[in-house]
Amino acid sequence: MATTVDVNGRPVNVNSPPETPLLWVLRDELGLTGTKYGCGVAQCGACTVLVDGNAMRSCQLPVSAIGAAKITTIEGLGGAHPLQEAWVKLDVPQCGYCQSGQIMSAVALLNATPKPDDAAISAAMDGNICRCGAYQRIRAAIKEAAAAPAQAAPAAPAATPATPSV
Amino acid sequence: MNKPLKTITAAASRREVLVVGATLAGSSLLVGCSLPEVLSAGSKVEPGAFGPFLKFAKDGTVTVVSKHIEFGQGNHAGLAAIAAEELDADWTTVKVEQAPANAKLYGNRLMGGTQGTGGSSAVSNSWMQLRTAGAAARAMFVSAAAAKWGVPAGEITVLNGVLSHASGKQAGFGELIDEAAKVAPPAEPKLKDPKTFTLIGQDRVRRKDSQAKSNGTAKYTQDVQLPDMLIAMVAHPPKFGATVKSFDATEAKKVPGVTDVFKIPSGVAVVANSTYAAKLGRDALKVEWDDAKAEKRGSAQILAEFKDYASGKKAAPEKVKWGGFDSKGPAAQAAAGANALEVAYDFPYLAHATMEPMNCVAMVGKGPPKLIFGSQTPTLDQMNTARVALALPGSVEIETLFAGGSFGRRSNFQSDYVVECVQIAKKVGKGRPVKLVWTREDDQRAGYFRPLTHHAVRVTTDKDGFPATWRHRIVTQSILKGAPPGAPGGKGVDFTAVEGVMGSPYLKATPVVDAQLLTPDVGVPVLWWRSVGATHTAYVMEHTIDQLAKRAAKDPVEYRRALYTKAGANRHLAVLNLAAEKAGWSTPAPAGWTRGVAVHESFGSVVAQVAEVKVENGVPKVGRVVTAIDCGTAISPNQIAAQMEGGTCYGLSAALFGNVTLTGGVVDQANFDTYRVLRNSEAPTVETYIVPSTNKPSGVGEPGTPVIGPAVANALLAITGQPTLSQPFVKA
Repeated sequence: MATTVDVNGRPVNVNSPPETPLLWVLRDELGLTGTKYGCGVAQCGACTVLVDGNAMRSCQLPVSAIGAAKITTIEGLGGAHPLQEAWVKLDVPQCGYCQSGQIMSAVALLNATPKPDDAAISAAMDGNICRCGAYQRIRAAIKEAAAAPAQAAPAAPAATPATPSV
Repeated sequence: MNKPLKTITAAASRREVLVVGATLAGSSLLVGCSLPEVLSAGSKVEPGAFGPFLKFAKDGTVTVVSKHIEFGQGNHAGLAAIAAEELDADWTTVKVEQAPANAKLYGNRLMGGTQGTGGSSAVSNSWMQLRTAGAAARAMFVSAAAAKWGVPAGEITVLNGVLSHASGKQAGFGELIDEAAKVAPPAEPKLKDPKTFTLIGQDRVRRKDSQAKSNGTAKYTQDVQLPDMLIAMVAHPPKFGATVKSFDATEAKKVPGVTDVFKIPSGVAVVANSTYAAKLGRDALKVEWDDAKAEKRGSAQILAEFKDYASGKKAAPEKVKWGGFDSKGPAAQAAAGANALEVAYDFPYLAHATMEPMNCVAMVGKGPPKLIFGSQTPTLDQMNTARVALALPGSVEIETLFAGGSFGRRSNFQSDYVVECVQIAKKVGKGRPVKLVWTREDDQRAGYFRPLTHHAVRVTTDKDGFPATWRHRIVTQSILKGAPPGAPGGKGVDFTAVEGVMGSPYLKATPVVDAQLLTPDVGVPVLWWRSVGATHTAYVMEHTIDQLAKRAAKDPVEYRRALYTKAGANRHLAVLNLAAEKAGWSTPAPAGWTRGVAVHESFGSVVAQVAEVKVENGVPKVGRVVTAIDCGTAISPNQIAAQMEGGTCYGLSAALFGNVTLTGGVVDQANFDTYRVLRNSEAPTVETYIVPSTNKPSGVGEPGTPVIGPAVANALLAITGQPTLSQPFVKA
């Protein structure tokens, strides 16, 4: 049964069964593989996406629960988001597998709290595990992006990748 | 690869017994080197007959071919910088690509010629090869420009990928490819004097993959999507060594998308057209297991047996013998001396717990087998695949992708998950791609853990409080026992179990040593885990030293200095002094914090750390960690710092929380909710200082891991007066 979901500013048809977690719809059906599978039980944060601007774990979110909410994935940030630029400048990634989720959690943090203090960073980022231990640079990059002038809102992605309608 | 337009003669370099070769492939110039047995001097060079490490394209692109996988360690940046330095290439445009699986061309000279990444050896084993290739290519371009411009080669300079002459003539590498291809590679390329390095050691040597890893485009095995690809999941037995007695696939086959269910040697495979369908199908499967040959002991029982062996309460099991190392002087004296410090330490099994659980893509049954995944040791994966797919190992093609962490897990003598994927792809057949997906739970419970380990130490001291006799017993499982026959280190005392006790400067400084290892058989599969033996040996040696210093009423830094001086351990002394100075060891710690120090050598590098620690709600909190490392020539200070930061987190995570337990042979932990790992707010702030050195580069990926555990334990010793004799510090 097809349903329509707003992904990165574009309505896409989805044919996966309604209970399918959004993670697998994004990855297997829509080919948006930037959002990662890490633990499947909302413990690691690798699958984090924005749902109406809030960070959510897509591995535990049935696609049927999304309704009219707007989904933003790492692909929807466009690549030049201040957080992405800070991530590159400070060479935050190591293996890189968790970083899409880290960045999406950080986007939600800065949307809600443009100048977060250490406690706010801890509260927003403790749900995202990095086994390489890039934590120190993640914190530094969030502060770097928060200090960047005239931060662009990520809601309307500059370059939306082609998402096939299935 | 395209047919060569022209072949170029190889030239022998006496420097490291390398032979330089170069050839054209299509319109690109390939330059590389090999050992003489692969490519002999004067022979014609065909593409594929030597290891091209550098590719020059007409558009000016310089690509460095990495024979090592990148799974976070930053080696791609380091390897590219080594070649770019000798070439005087434009660092900002240098690219890196992954070498294919071919041990003859891309073997690791520090792993007996096996193609693989491990032992923190990527940079050190590539150092001379990439310098030689870079210098040879530079010389060829200079000769080409000299001939074309009619000027002496000595008057040509190369800067940022541009060759120029005082006459105003200029050209990039890309413009001179046809001319350079006509130049014979120099037999002895002149390497730069390290004093003239302009790239190596600079902050601008940064990762090449940060952008792709920050925008979701970096490709991992999990992201492979091919036409007609099937997804497989496997139901594994809950106990190690159990097998399938029977299974009922009725419900599994009802799941829409499930295409097949069948038995394989490691369990029951469910094959489907989507990951979620495979998961639902696997969940619906009913399997009865045969536990007859399974390991049924719990980890508490295994540990109790290890302790009994170490204390002598129980004799060594049949066919397993104690093996001595580093021993000297009368053993009886070490056992009997009065007023000894007697301590014993327990270390649990640890899972690597990578962010990307193990996975693999295989195509079998149409032409040679092909694998696409993050292969850490392609040679082993080729051999194990060939055995199942009935092919020649060299014919197995492997496309190596980024891997979402490994920490040792992906280098496995049995290629466990790779073989599983090949088994399924073979059954599916016709070359149809199959992606095997393990869930985090599958990965957590599949074993190949850091071995559960027990140490018992007895030290007597001289009148000044320094060790006079040292008796050391280690009981652990052997990692190298799983090695194929003839593999290095497979005989005698398993060095991976004792490294760090063996060779310790403290034992060198002790007149009488009786050190022995016992490796009983246990049915739980074990493997190297970032820093391997040092995960426990560094802890035992460094925490014991602080207890001895305390007994002698000596400062832990002063106590170590005296022992390093006695042992002639100058590199240890240098990192200790640097860390102590930068941490302000001689001044009081910030209010509320207590310092602990530890030093350890692993993989050719020596690391010292001073950690500032306090206890909050019964849990150690680690703040500032000052790190000093001697890793020889530092290629990328930024990435060395990244590895010290990350390695410290990995080691701290294990010391504080890491704990795999078994009950009745079944692993108790399934996911990150029960296998606790370090989170962002628990991470320390690591400062890294590098000891200046002109020695050849040594390891960086692992040496930062084992030091933090004892540094924190030593701070806790200062806070509470009590040693911490088992890990993890925080019990569940």
